[in-house]
Amino acid sequence: MVAGMVLALNGDEAAAYAVKQCKPDVIAAYPITPQTIIVERLSEFVADGELDAEFISAESEHSALSACIGASAMGARTYTATASQGLALMYEMLFVASSFRLPIVMSVANRALNSPLNIWNDMSDTMGARDCGWIQIYNENAQEVYDFTIQAFRIAEDHGVLLPVMVCHDGFIVSHSTEGVETLSDSEVDSFLPPRDPVYPLDVERPVTIGCVGVPEYYPEIKYQQEVATKKSISKIKEIMNEFNEDFGRNYGIIEEYRMEDAEVAILTIGSASGTAKDAVDEMRTEGKPVGLLKLRLFRPLPVKDLRKALSDVKVVGVVDRHISFGALGGALNMEVRAALYEMKDRPHVMGFPTGLGGRDIRVEHFIKIADELLKIAERDMLEEDYRVVGCRGPGCIGP
Amino acid sequence: MKTWDEVPFAGYILEPGNAESYKTGDWRSRQKPVLSQEKCTFCLLCWIYCPDGAIVRKEDAVEIDYYHCKGCGICSYECPSGAIRMKSELEET
Amino acid sequence: MREMVEVRFHGRGGQGVVTASRLLAEAALLEGKRVQGFPAFGAEREGAPIRAFTRISSNPIRVRSQIYTPDVVVVLDPTVIRAEKVTEGLKDDGWLIANTTKEPEELKAGLATKAKVVTVDATRIALELLGAPRVNTPILGTLVKATQLVKLDSVIKVVKSTFSGRLAEVNIKAVERAYHEAKI
Ligand code: SF4
Ligand code: SF4
Repeated sequence: MVAGMVLALNGDEAAAYAVKQCKPDVIAAYPITPQTIIVERLSEFVADGELDAEFISAESEHSALSACIGASAMGARTYTATASQGLALMYEMLFVASSFRLPIVMSVANRALNSPLNIWNDMSDTMGARDCGWIQIYNENAQEVYDFTIQAFRIAEDHGVLLPVMVCHDGFIVSHSTEGVETLSDSEVDSFLPPRDPVYPLDVERPVTIGCVGVPEYYPEIKYQQEVATKKSISKIKEIMNEFNEDFGRNYGIIEEYRMEDAEVAILTIGSASGTAKDAVDEMRTEGKPVGLLKLRLFRPLPVKDLRKALSDVKVVGVVDRHISFGALGGALNMEVRAALYEMKDRPHVMGFPTGLGGRDIRVEHFIKIADELLKIAERDMLEEDYRVVGCRGPGCIGP
Repeated sequence: MKTWDEVPFAGYILEPGNAESYKTGDWRSRQKPVLSQEKCTFCLLCWIYCPDGAIVRKEDAVEIDYYHCKGCGICSYECPSGAIRMKSELEET
Repeated sequence: MREMVEVRFHGRGGQGVVTASRLLAEAALLEGKRVQGFPAFGAEREGAPIRAFTRISSNPIRVRSQIYTPDVVVVLDPTVIRAEKVTEGLKDDGWLIANTTKEPEELKAGLATKAKVVTVDATRIALELLGAPRVNTPILGTLVKATQLVKLDSVIKVVKSTFSGRLAEVNIKAVERAYHEAKI
């Protein structure tokens, strides 16, 4: 590959292409819809000799991540990818990877969880894994998937971070949509991403023990150390994004504001719905309605301060989750945004709108309905419901 | 005890073999092995069987490492020469 | 050209419907346009009615929903017209491009649409040139002739880079024939 070119890639292909340029030493994965294309492409790259990596076709996702943990502990640059039930099967090992502080990068093509059996998109998988200690980055389109897969390795392996990173993109909506992706040249990727410099690799010359018992006398200290590291990683992530922006002419942030100047109500989105929501905001603005959009890119660690700052001047926030946390306040994002804003003076009302469940299409019209609801709440200065599901037939929900 | 910013990175153990400093001998609650050098034939079965590596092999004799011995009695059971007798620790105190 | 053109493809699983949407997107990408080409997010089963979509715009495309009011509808399989409401949402000033032996007027008579109807016997072209009823490449020739959405040359370039050797050659021939045999 010479200079960066605009290539026609879908989200999965963009991830695979970026991973190839990041030159992982070990890839261990198990194919699952809608992540399958990533695994197929990477195994082709290895088979064709375009990528010099150990490709382990694991017999399950639990084994795939276990293999990654071993490889990463050895000091290898390590990658895996999964979705849905696959991520659920990895659950136990997710905690091990983050607690060992291993910089594994994993793509997740977000997909709903059974049952009923569903191969389509929502974020039940990664939202359910939010407390596993992984950094989570959510992408809107194939370009972002490409750019953040590369940044994910830099972030994960940075000595000021040393945490595994999930790079998420919506299944089918992004994973299977072909778009033009502005790629970087191999040498540009090389200069941005130096080889991994492992801190305590497993090495017979310098033995270390990883994964021993943590008795109650030590467990809290070790866990709090991890919590501090995770919190602190926000500033490093920002630094790395800025460097990427400067080097390659992008304009990324951990949260992104769209037409938030003088907005009275804000829609808060995550992932690919953000694009559709932007079109809705434009329509509302044409009608003179003061609607803005806040897109959250980094969900773990949660950028609490940035959220407070960005939402300090609006009257109402509508949080669009792409999953349901059963029996609580809609989705996890809604609950966390509410919690983050709770101690603010003049805090805005926060209402949740779980939507796009199991692949239900989210359209511009849905966001217009949401924005209209937010404007009504702003007018009466009162919230009547904590959340309402959008894109579902029947009483209490907002239209199909 | 160490604070969160003093404990090693992610709870890794960076000194190899530091389990040795852990005094498992404190776990011995009822009985301890006592070795009779006269009866011992240096067959080394106790050295092989001890699950805690608490039989120390010297040039031409074995010794019991009470810092690590947990008092399980396996050495005494396996010794073909009756050279190891389990003795109540209560008798001593 | 309109600011953004939305194309909806109808066909059956196994006919390369998704590939058609992708090839069109790639052709537009070659011309410096912004594009999206995507399937109707389903499990693909041989024979089942399938939809795929292409968006082409001179500006960045942000919307990620499926396409409900297409400018162009492309029908790869004449029998899908029975099974699916192919003209649903089709704009009055749009195009319906169909693989059928029927003449445009004949087809239009049975459909509720004001859009221009363009037909081609792509199955015959595909059988003659490709030896199989793979109409996804030839139908793009007809689409280009009718709508001038992209240049014929761009489609040919993309076909050339997607297929190799003889397969590329015959596919290009099929595209060209369907371009010339379009009944407008
Ligand atoms: S098993 Fe008995 S005889 Fe053999 S070495 Fe041990 S104490 Fe001595
Ligand atoms: S009593 Fe058990 S632990 Fe102690 S020396 Fe004998 S075998 Fe080893």
